[in-house]
Amino acid sequence: MITLIKGGNVVDPHLGTVEERDVLIENGKIAGILPRGGLTKEPAGLTTIDAVGKMVIPGLVDIHVHLREPGYEYKETIASGAMAAAAGGYSAVACMPNTDPPNDCRSVTEFIIEQGKRAGAATVYPIAAISKGQKGESLVDFCELAAAGAVGVSDDGFPVVNSELMRRALEYARYCGLTVISHCEDLNLSVGGVMHEGEISTRIGLPGIPCASEDIFVYREISLARLTGCPVHIAHVSTAASVELVRRAKEEGLPVTAETAPHYFTLDHGSLVGYDTRYKVNPPLRTPEDVIGIKKGLAEGVIDVIATDHAPHDRLEKDVEFDKAAFGMIGLQTALPLTLELVREGIIALPDAISKLSFNGAGILGIPGGRIKEGENADLAIIDMECEYCFEERDNLSKSKNSPFLGRMMKGRNHMTMVGGEIVYQRDTKDPCC
Amino acid sequence: MRKFDHKDLLGMEALSVEDIGLILDTAESLKSISFRDIKKAPTLRGKSVINFFYEPSTRTRTSFEIAAKRLSADTFSLSASTSSMVKGETLLDTARNLQAMNPDVIVLRHSSSGAPHVFSKQVRASVINAGDGVNEHPTQALLDLYTIREKKGVIKGLKIAIIGDIAHSRVARSDIIGLVKMGAKVTIAGPPTLIPKGIETMGVHVSADPAVAVKDCDVIMLLRVQLERQSKLLFPSAREYSAFFCLNEEVLKGAKEDVIVMHPGPLNRGVEISNEVADGPYSVILDQVANGVAVRMAVLYLLIGGAKSDNVD
Repeated sequence: MITLIKGGNVVDPHLGTVEERDVLIENGKIAGILPRGGLTKEPAGLTTIDAVGKMVIPGLVDIHVHLREPGYEYKETIASGAMAAAAGGYSAVACMPNTDPPNDCRSVTEFIIEQGKRAGAATVYPIAAISKGQKGESLVDFCELAAAGAVGVSDDGFPVVNSELMRRALEYARYCGLTVISHCEDLNLSVGGVMHEGEISTRIGLPGIPCASEDIFVYREISLARLTGCPVHIAHVSTAASVELVRRAKEEGLPVTAETAPHYFTLDHGSLVGYDTRYKVNPPLRTPEDVIGIKKGLAEGVIDVIATDHAPHDRLEKDVEFDKAAFGMIGLQTALPLTLELVREGIIALPDAISKLSFNGAGILGIPGGRIKEGENADLAIIDMECEYCFEERDNLSKSKNSPFLGRMMKGRNHMTMVGGEIVYQRDTKDPCC
Repeated sequence: MRKFDHKDLLGMEALSVEDIGLILDTAESLKSISFRDIKKAPTLRGKSVINFFYEPSTRTRTSFEIAAKRLSADTFSLSASTSSMVKGETLLDTARNLQAMNPDVIVLRHSSSGAPHVFSKQVRASVINAGDGVNEHPTQALLDLYTIREKKGVIKGLKIAIIGDIAHSRVARSDIIGLVKMGAKVTIAGPPTLIPKGIETMGVHVSADPAVAVKDCDVIMLLRVQLERQSKLLFPSAREYSAFFCLNEEVLKGAKEDVIVMHPGPLNRGVEISNEVADGPYSVILDQVANGVAVRMAVLYLLIGGAKSDNVD
């Protein structure tokens, strides 16, 4: 099968270029990147896709999602999550291990991969647990899990308290070719907290989570990277101080990478005033100064990746008292337009934004993706930068609705996602909006 | 005619200076009912008030019950242990079920900050926050304001010290908001572990030393030390607390001669307040309790009595 994507502006985040090109796809791979109209002789059976006025970008790669299967299928399934991802422009996602049972053994890893294939949407890569049962006591069989298809290890949601365990995880994971992703939180310091500790938490009487609970563990991971020489990836950075710690670690040449999520550069703790549990997330929404720090970190390349931390929760967990509500928000279909806001603000250039949403994360996990280049898999998305719309429930393909961005105006929208040359998502063209 | 244009009383935050003045004036005119031979007025006859106390309370609950009955409303009591919440019913389902019985007022006490705010969106009935987590306890602040005004004539310009566990006190938050709104100069003091971050942004001065905070004060408000919180590393011991933060006659000497001492109860005698001060001439602690009934009558009256519905635009 041969496909030609015609007339779009092709973004190559690696080279930092945006150029009008036609993209030729053959047998699921990119067969050629041609000047516009460069295909002089159309081969028989050619399918053409019109991308005039749109951007052709590498399929986005989200290295931090929660797909809830196995165990919490009422919140999300691998199928619904992978489809929401495809709708958001993602051709690949890596899912965290805090399922039930947790992904700490070969059978769960293989199950996730199998369910991902059945879904036939974005490719699903499993991230395995660091410790058995995510209990923080002993390492899981890293090498066996890597052989089964796990692409990283993390105890996301249940941070590793024991520093020796984290040290050994870093040392052993590198040997197995796995990246360690750390959820940085000092659980003793954050205990009972439900939002950022500061003037808003004081005013509305909610127990706080201080920035220090994140910063202390970011510093621990940096120290361990220095000690072991092994890479570590810091998940969902939310504080300006953590950005500075990562900056210094990078200046020192340590193998430390970091991600943030769109809500940390879009929202601050002021949103919590009405006790709306959709804004309850961990780490919590911080101060406007932290938002500035995160943007600076993105602009200056300290933060490598924008991940969603897509965390679906049912009404059962969200329509309750604020302190009893679950942490987390969905984000697969809002990350791209919220990141494009940074581009329009002049914080980062478009190729850099796409890089942070795809190429950089793929590189950290050692998975394919993030480039539109001859010979690569045809994983890509076609987006309309100008499309303005209100993100509504009918657009949402996740099983859960816990997004504070529902009802918000967005600019920039994915129109088509392709994985291995197959169209896995296409927007209904009859839809009057854009 | 002055109007009270609120569906609910969720916190002091939402009240204007005029609203507060109206509540205090109304309380003043209703207070005498409690001192008649027949302590009942027909004002709220046929109205239903549900007291839903998800957290234990004696004073506030009794006070609301008496206030409603003195205005002839029918009252119903629910507590967490007698409600379906022990069977796992969610707060919102409980709200919808109570609403289905069409009460006029639901008085809600809850251990979660913000619970009444979410609850009130589910019901047509007026919701009165009788204390939510560590957020607010507006009727306590209103009865405190009433008591201060009764004793001092004015609130504006008074020097007021609030001493104790500010971090975990909904009374402190509501008092601070109300007092600052009414123009008092408020200083807070307590162990540094119990002074929450950013409290200055609420318009108060923070002092480390109770003796400094008390200096030349017109009013001293004490807060209950929650001894059960000792396990949370917040202060070393009740003994040490009482040595450095207890209001005794010695510390009291620094205040103005006509200072009044207030406490929302229940008292930890010998911890935050000495026996001599609690029972002494400066103490207005029992006046606060008495005024609580009048203030709650006023709030009930303003929310569901004639005043509002007669004046619908």
